[in-house]
Amino acid sequence: MSTIASSDAALTSELLDKYEAVIGIECHVELKTVSKMFCGCPNAFGGEPNTKVCPVCLALPGSLPVPNARAIEHMIRSGLAFGATIPAHSKFDRKNYFYPDMPKNYQISQYDMPLTVGGVVGYWLEDGSRGECRLTRIHLEEDTGKSTHASADGRLAGATSSLIDFNRAGVPLMECVGEPDLRSADEAVGFLETLARTFRELGVSDVKMEEGSLRCDANVSVRLRGAAEYGTKAEIKNMNSFRSVRRAIESEIARQIHVVESGGRVIQETRGWDETAGVTHSQRSKEEAHDYRYFPDPDLVPIDVTSDVVERVRATLPETPFARYVRYVDDYGLDSKRATQLVDDHVLAAWFDRAVAASGGKAQAVVAFVLGDLARLANESGTHLGDGKVTPEALAELVALTSSNAINSKAAKQVLEALWVDGGSAKAIVEREGLAQVSDRGAIAAIVDEILATNPSVVADYKAGKLNVMGFLTGQVMKASRGRANPTLAQELLKGKLGG
Amino acid sequence: MPTDRIDIRHVARLARLALTDAEIATFAPQLGSLMTHVDALAELDTERVPATAQVVPSRNVQRDDVLRPETILSREAALANAPQAQGAYFRVPRIIAEEG
Amino acid sequence: MDPIHDSARAIARDVNARAVSAAEIAETLIPRAARVDAELGAYRELTPELMRAQARRVDQRIADGDRLALAGVPVAIKDNMCLIGTHTTAGSKILEGFTAPYTATAVQRLLDAGALPIGKTNLDEFAMGSSGENSAFEKTKNPYDLERVPGGSSAGSAASVAGYAATVSLGSDTGGSIREPAAFCNVVGFKPTYGRVSRYGLIAFASSLDQIGPFARSVEDAALTYDTIAGKDPLDATSIDRAVEATADGLRDDLRGVRVGLVKEFALDALDAATRACYESAYADLERLGAELVDVTLPTAEYGLATYYLIAPAECSSNLARFDGVRYGLRVDGADVGEMYERTRAAGFGPEVKRRILIGTYALSSGYYDAYYLKAQKARTRIGEDFARAFERCDVIASPAASSPAFRFNAKSDPVTMYLMDYYTIPGSLAGLPSLSIPCGSVVPEDGTRAMPLGLQLTSPLFTERALLGVAHAYERATLHAEKLALPEICTT
Repeated sequence: MSTIASSDAALTSELLDKYEAVIGIECHVELKTVSKMFCGCPNAFGGEPNTKVCPVCLALPGSLPVPNARAIEHMIRSGLAFGATIPAHSKFDRKNYFYPDMPKNYQISQYDMPLTVGGVVGYWLEDGSRGECRLTRIHLEEDTGKSTHASADGRLAGATSSLIDFNRAGVPLMECVGEPDLRSADEAVGFLETLARTFRELGVSDVKMEEGSLRCDANVSVRLRGAAEYGTKAEIKNMNSFRSVRRAIESEIARQIHVVESGGRVIQETRGWDETAGVTHSQRSKEEAHDYRYFPDPDLVPIDVTSDVVERVRATLPETPFARYVRYVDDYGLDSKRATQLVDDHVLAAWFDRAVAASGGKAQAVVAFVLGDLARLANESGTHLGDGKVTPEALAELVALTSSNAINSKAAKQVLEALWVDGGSAKAIVEREGLAQVSDRGAIAAIVDEILATNPSVVADYKAGKLNVMGFLTGQVMKASRGRANPTLAQELLKGKLGG
Repeated sequence: MPTDRIDIRHVARLARLALTDAEIATFAPQLGSLMTHVDALAELDTERVPATAQVVPSRNVQRDDVLRPETILSREAALANAPQAQGAYFRVPRIIAEEG
Repeated sequence: MDPIHDSARAIARDVNARAVSAAEIAETLIPRAARVDAELGAYRELTPELMRAQARRVDQRIADGDRLALAGVPVAIKDNMCLIGTHTTAGSKILEGFTAPYTATAVQRLLDAGALPIGKTNLDEFAMGSSGENSAFEKTKNPYDLERVPGGSSAGSAASVAGYAATVSLGSDTGGSIREPAAFCNVVGFKPTYGRVSRYGLIAFASSLDQIGPFARSVEDAALTYDTIAGKDPLDATSIDRAVEATADGLRDDLRGVRVGLVKEFALDALDAATRACYESAYADLERLGAELVDVTLPTAEYGLATYYLIAPAECSSNLARFDGVRYGLRVDGADVGEMYERTRAAGFGPEVKRRILIGTYALSSGYYDAYYLKAQKARTRIGEDFARAFERCDVIASPAASSPAFRFNAKSDPVTMYLMDYYTIPGSLAGLPSLSIPCGSVVPEDGTRAMPLGLQLTSPLFTERALLGVAHAYERATLHAEKLALPEICTT
């Protein structure tokens, strides 16, 4: 099987129009628990090799698994967040195959009765477009240990032996299987990003790709646009970041289109993504199809999930990131970028929601502060808004003060900085600092008269048609009022007097 | 019920058992004879009979998500029975290909 | 005071009363066990240092005012149970040299109750066998005739107790591995309800069938041992969370009001005349003690063997996958890890284990699962239903424990013939029922000159251990069969 370098695989737009890609994602997500799936060893990343192991996760003779209740609840939570069905009955099965980093040489997994069935992941892309991808199922299983290969570059090829660390063996793992509803690498990434955001929001996983707590495979095929049948798929493995998911899928789509265009046939196989070369490589095609000999694990008893349990879990579900995104864009009118910024920081989003609620729904004004001056202040001081002294209620007060023209935007900035340092109420600061905007016509007119009188040459310029000196004059009025004059009113009065 | 006899080499491969020709010659008729005995099950009516995986009707036996530090093995204990260890690791001959 | 021949109850009473120290008992039993073991090959390994250390702890606890149910009682442990610091081989070369870094729950409960671990006993490799001949190590002999098998798989656990080289022992029973050797060796062997005793630390053969239970020279000692080891274990998800009724104080002396079922499909016609006569007299004894004999039927019992020889091998094929040369045990090197696996497992497992791994792998493999494994699970349901119906008419089912007394070594070379030894024990195993074998007389086999013991199997509904042991005790007290058979000299001196 030849590999085609990505540069050779660049596609013309005609070809891209002619074909459609069909993509289904399967991903493994390590669950966030204190202990492992079937024993009391810590579920923690890294550490000295082979120091987080016990008779159970090392599969010593005679040891037995006992399932972690929290992991099962995490599964129910995850399923419900995507509208999945939680079947009343579920069980664990053994998936039998030999691999040295899998201590029992079978993996405890779920075969025909997963904890969650169906569901839909709504997702969005950077450009604001949205999509949906159905889930086939989410099931619970256990992770393997890690092997490193004793060759010069740590890869399988050329290694003479392998070294195994079982610290990760037995960490709870959920496998999410998506339907082939995705049509581009962008959609695949959008889907995965939404999954990751959702699992973080639910508190079921940290989803740290760099630590391998989310690993995904993609089934990719291409077909002529409009065709009813799927093409032959290849399964792409070894993608370690969203970026590599995007690149790998793009590269694989291009490769398959080239194969078909040049009269070839795509073969069903597993292909590994080579990050450095930017191509997928055929991994030995399966001469002997796997025969996992699934059967119910006789060391474990069935799981019944009552509707009471389902409803109890459902009652604690937070708003999903997708629902929040939709609310921000559709209800609040935020642009996609700002909505995404908020959704990606759920503490910030919760803060934002409180401020919007306190402001009586002035989301646009609130977001301008939250992602503007407040973000800058937080950034400069290296603290998170959520940990700062400004309360959402104080910001709402400030929004009310500006929108009622009680203070102007310049004063608002000052108030914000004072709130950042001292906390407290915006109104109190306005009073203390004397920042209330002056909208008294008489008072401003007096200042305008004074400015016009002290700048006769500028007045002459204006009258000669240099209308842009208006800015200078307005600035002078604002300065003389120590920033408190209502700038709109000041300009109106200036124009009146100059034009009159 | 299938009546074809066991492809013993294929099954041995799945079970990761190297068998000698002599063993295959011995086992094949023995397993064939046992499977003949087992084939009698076909005549037992199991229509609409649920499968028994466990005889006792327990459900939802789970553990709280807590550490049990007393069960954790020291690295020395973990590696003590290893046929081959290297530093902190178990060592095995090279892995040819992904089998998972 | 005779620690070699005394009952567990008597030893515990004396040690608790400080009439004798656990240390003295250990020093008496250590040379005794070694001497008997040289003849019987009952032990894989004697553990004198552990026994002495435990005896010191027990004496200290007694001195501190504790009263312990098994204070100072010498116990032997089947070598498929982990005891920290001991070699634990399951009778297999693949575990040669493996030292357990933890202790099985059932064993720990014995130790906590003051028992003294005398050694690890020999067994058929991974508990697969009915004669004891499948051990990769010692050839364990029947104390009643050294030319004959002790029965299996708990060969050494039965022989050590029968030979007075332990007071009680633990065995494990998957399809008859406690009851059959108990019958062959003239001792009581008791398999509790599946799930009553934790399997944590028991090297799995067939997880849905394996159950630990005691061997003893009396029902009372078996009950005492069972009471100590039974109960929910948070480390075994299949152990039952259900109160354990003490059985040792529920033993009775008559059988008035007890309905004993005789199973139509277990008719005695197939047995030889002497054996048959023995069982007929056993049934008559039950009736004489006040029991009502009723006929019951288990129409699916004849499918027991076929069902068992699909389910047990299927589970074993998966349970034994972990013996791969990576983390412990034997390794035979290879050019790559796959070759290492195949060579290690080829060299490490004996023929019976290989046969069962092959059958089980086949029964689970793609295309055969429904016809074999799933079919067997459904048959298992029907067998359980048959028992439930039978128990509507009776309280206990009586039958032979085995179809013959102990046979000569190498008498059964064909695997299926050997499997048929478990004809009477397997159905109860599939249904998870509590079941025991109790001495019920002896016969002189046609090919021998010595009288060999026979065992009566009593089986009762799930969780009725107390009633079952009560019936067995009444029968034992009335008949005293175990005491009627003279032991070979080695075991009595």
